Amino acid sequence: MHTVDINLDEISKIEGSAGLDVHIEDGKVQKVNFKITEYKRFYTQAIRGKPVLAVPQLVARICGTCSNAHLLCSIKAIERALGLEVSPQTKILRTLTAYGLMIRDHGLHLYLFALPDLFAKDSLFDLDENIPAEHVYLDDAFAVKAAGNHLSVYTAGRSVHGPYLTVGGFNRIPEDNEKEKIISELLAVRPAVLRLIEVFTSSPFDFRREVNFVSLAGENFGFLDGKIINTRGQKIEEKDFGDHLIHTVIPYSQASGYTFEGQSYIVGALARINLTKNILNKDTQRDAAEALKLFPSNNIFHNNLAQAIEILHCIDHGVELLKNTKFVPEVPVKMIPKEGVGVGAIEAPRGTLYYRVETTADGKVKNGQIVVPTGQNQISIERDLVILIQDNFAKLTREQLIFEIEKLIRAYDPCMSCAAHFLKVRFLQKGDKRRLKPH
Amino acid sequence: METLKKLKIGWFTFTCCEDSAIVFTELLNDHYKEWIKLIDFRHVRILRTANVLDNLDVAFVEGAISSYVQEEKLKEIRNKSKYLVAVGSCAVIGTPSNQRNFFDQATNEEIKPILSNFSYKEKVSKLGEIVTVDAIVPGCPMDEKIFLGVVNHYLREYGLLGEEENAHG
Repeated sequence: MHTVDINLDEISKIEGSAGLDVHIEDGKVQKVNFKITEYKRFYTQAIRGKPVLAVPQLVARICGTCSNAHLLCSIKAIERALGLEVSPQTKILRTLTAYGLMIRDHGLHLYLFALPDLFAKDSLFDLDENIPAEHVYLDDAFAVKAAGNHLSVYTAGRSVHGPYLTVGGFNRIPEDNEKEKIISELLAVRPAVLRLIEVFTSSPFDFRREVNFVSLAGENFGFLDGKIINTRGQKIEEKDFGDHLIHTVIPYSQASGYTFEGQSYIVGALARINLTKNILNKDTQRDAAEALKLFPSNNIFHNNLAQAIEILHCIDHGVELLKNTKFVPEVPVKMIPKEGVGVGAIEAPRGTLYYRVETTADGKVKNGQIVVPTGQNQISIERDLVILIQDNFAKLTREQLIFEIEKLIRAYDPCMSCAAHFLKVRFLQKGDKRRLKPH
Repeated sequence: METLKKLKIGWFTFTCCEDSAIVFTELLNDHYKEWIKLIDFRHVRILRTANVLDNLDVAFVEGAISSYVQEEKLKEIRNKSKYLVAVGSCAVIGTPSNQRNFFDQATNEEIKPILSNFSYKEKVSKLGEIVTVDAIVPGCPMDEKIFLGVVNHYLREYGLLGEEENAHG
């Protein structure tokens, strides 16, 4: 191909709506436009003036799949602004909520979106029912997702917009005598997750580039606490999250791909496993040892494998927490209105999620800023697509190239419902010298 | 009514968070074994790439309508579907995706450049303001029991379920 146009209106098997326009002329990639085609719903504006206690359930509606992450992170930011401390039981229940979210959401992405690519099939439902080694994944998919869903229902009330999560704690505490059922279900799907790790370990898909990885690193691989660390060994303490968000993360997410004065970075499971695999649960480290030898890795397709390993950790550590905790009745810590500013950062399924919230003396939200993982990854996605297309368009048919493009985008597991909240549509063109604007 | 081999359905998402689609994927956990025998997932972007928008029996549509592009797409879906079901709060009553309809003047001025640069409609609409809706599944996310009731209603109507049977595997 010397001159070709590729226009994908709606990329399939991703969360939300995105398209891609590519123009190649005289053997050179002239244009790559990765378009978020979601329309904005203006949550940043909508939260202004709302009561503090109402905001988490509102921002949950930014996204249907990582909604409990928006709840957990907005609650953390608000509690920081108010100087509110929560109980140890609340922290455990929030960790378990994060685990339920990871199991279900990673499960959705891996089985429904990414696995069909491994078998060159259109859909999970097209796996050959006459080949047991293929068809087993169909039953595994729904069993694993169900286990994550039920854990989320147990702790948060629902996988989507969990109603029990609130500022100060939980509106409802799970029944302690119902946890055996949850433990059994998690253990029952463990073999399926080992199969998932194996199939992604043996996948030959490969795309590598030198890049900085960034994630939270706490005492446990628990997604909700810790310092921000990166591949270059830099650490950002929680007290400095606000500065880091305003001066680094936001400008980065709005940067034009060619002129950003710094290195592009990636957040998500690949970053987390690269940087903190040594704090995974011990049983996970033992049973995923062969897979973990591949990390640290620059292969973006290992983001899929990293997610599968995280599912195993969530099961193993989730079961440990459930076995060692007796849930007792407790009410949320009462919120005392206060003027303040709070920044929360957690690891959502797709990477580091930030909320910055300003509260007023009469208990309202004055202003907020939200930066989502896909917003931070978009620059890397675009850069990788340019390289992928440039390296392959002369070797592959149009259909093969489109398949490779979609596979790569899926490996990042982008979330467009979240990203539309924040991103602007951008062009990447050679010779584009647009400069960063301060936020 | 003719008896079909399988019910041809589509799932379409406009302006929303896609929570009802996620609930649908969780309902598949319990129902996929029965549904893959009874339902042809003909246009379901989260399940497959080779989607076909032709004569659907039932179109499930979530999300509100923010732009003229979306409005035309909705009308196309309506024309190509025997039945159209509005799924979730944004589709049924418009909210919360229509929250910009209630912004004050200062906020409207703030967001105006985005609305005009990307050809948004002045107001966000629920589906029923644009096309005829045959059934609704309210809730944020959609109410699971009501959704299952609507699915079974259409399966029965097309002779794919007996009156006493349902698809609750």
